[in-house]
Amino acid sequence: MTDPILQLRGLEKSFGDMQVFKNVDLDVAPGDRIAILGASGSGKSTLLRCINVLETPDAGDIRVGGKPVGAVGSNGRVRYSERELCALRQRVGMVFQQFNLFPHMTVKQNVTEGLRTVKGIASAKADERALKELSRVGLADKAETYPSRLSGGQKQRVAIARALAMDPEILLFDEPTSALDPALVGEVLSVIEQLANEGRTMLLVTHEIGFAYHMATKIVFLAEGGIYEMGTPDAVLKNPQKPLTQAFLAEHQRFHF
Amino acid sequence: MNYHWNFASVFENWPALLIGVEGTLRLFVVCLLIGMSLGLVVGLGRRSKSKPVKWLSTAFVEFFRNTPVLVQILWFYYALPILTGLEISPFMAAILGISLNSAAYSAEIFRGGIQSIEPGQWEAATAIGMSRLQTLRRIVLPQAIRRVIPALTNRGVEIFKMSTLASVVAYVELLQQGKLIASLNFNPLEVYTVIGAIFLLILYPIVRLTYALERRLARSD
Ligand SMILES: Nc1ncnc2c1ncn2[C@@H]1O[C@H](COP(=O)(O)OP(=O)(O)OP(=O)(O)O)[C@@H](O)[C@H]1O
Ligand SMILES: [Mg+2]
Repeated sequence: MTDPILQLRGLEKSFGDMQVFKNVDLDVAPGDRIAILGASGSGKSTLLRCINVLETPDAGDIRVGGKPVGAVGSNGRVRYSERELCALRQRVGMVFQQFNLFPHMTVKQNVTEGLRTVKGIASAKADERALKELSRVGLADKAETYPSRLSGGQKQRVAIARALAMDPEILLFDEPTSALDPALVGEVLSVIEQLANEGRTMLLVTHEIGFAYHMATKIVFLAEGGIYEMGTPDAVLKNPQKPLTQAFLAEHQRFHF
Repeated sequence: MNYHWNFASVFENWPALLIGVEGTLRLFVVCLLIGMSLGLVVGLGRRSKSKPVKWLSTAFVEFFRNTPVLVQILWFYYALPILTGLEISPFMAAILGISLNSAAYSAEIFRGGIQSIEPGQWEAATAIGMSRLQTLRRIVLPQAIRRVIPALTNRGVEIFKMSTLASVVAYVELLQQGKLIASLNFNPLEVYTVIGAIFLLILYPIVRLTYALERRLARSD
């Protein structure tokens, strides 16, 4: 087995009085595709956001490539320097439910922004790279368009291209198709599937259980403040062992025919 | 009413008016630059994570927003030299009064603009590895400033008109020159009509320019 590229150890996170995670451990090996399922409010987004420290964990380690991120400060809590976080976030890309494209920039500029500002790549090289990523998601012809002129599916594909341009080792998807018209879901899932086929490492929060079943190497079900059940898609989705997982899947399959 | 307008008595003094226009414009440009840039800094300060910075910025805004500019100019001109021993020219006193007051107002405008940007914009930029400063400069401010251009235009117009307050310390600007001409020629009606018209003639095109800028920046919508 290859060494994990990402490890979470003893992760804790609360918002005020509400504890979202008590103690989460998770290993992500290169090539893993982990689908994260769970009821609304179970902490799926929070888990992804702790991984790239958009939310600061209250306790626990995040290790990328074996090395822990952050250093323990005088108060016993882990402190993260901005420089370290910027480095981490280049290794861990994220795609949001609401796309969050930069509306004042063209599609191409959205993709080159990180290359130029963060990586310091010259404009011609960055443009070239952006066009490559845009072709990958089938949107090279929209390079000079502003996001406001795109459909939801196109916006999400641009957001994926923007994340890919940074050469991340891990991709985090937080419900990438939940804000889309049903008719546009397919085009985004195809792009994600294509990335899966390339062997990319990814964590995907989704309500598309069928898609999770087909593309994931591992299913993580969140409940009760942590990872409640975890295993292969066949084990967790076809033959769940614990009551909350069973109830969740039953609810999701209620209208299947 | 049977008044005989006599504008000739005003226009004969065009060199004095020209000097006035120049004084007004100079004060306007300096106060606009200081007011807007200091306003941006103070506006950012009000959102700072550092408690002292936040407190100081808030105190600055409340102090200068809630005292009359006229009083400030007079205070800087008459009181500050006594307290500090510094020599303060009328120009300096006017710059201080008008710029600091405008900075207080534009700080609130900038702060509001920055606050109106969705958290998702910060998050998306952060998620590709941009620092807070890079995110602010490249992603948040360009969008925020675009949203507040109409409010900033109002501020600019206000600054331009506030320049007349500098006449209280005999700074040579349009109104001051007007007063002079009127007192020498006994023609206040004509003089102040012309002064008002000059303000309109200078300001209106500037405002039109900002509309054009607004339209240009809206091309991504
Ligand atoms: N910034 C925040 N401040 C306070 N509470 C928060 C914050 N973010 C999340 N929470 C709370 O933490 C819990 C977990 O939220 P999270 O968004 O991770 O859930 P989720 O599983 O992604 O839900 P959903 O399926 O609705 O997206 C929820 O109860 C939510 O209300
Ligand atoms: Mg969520």
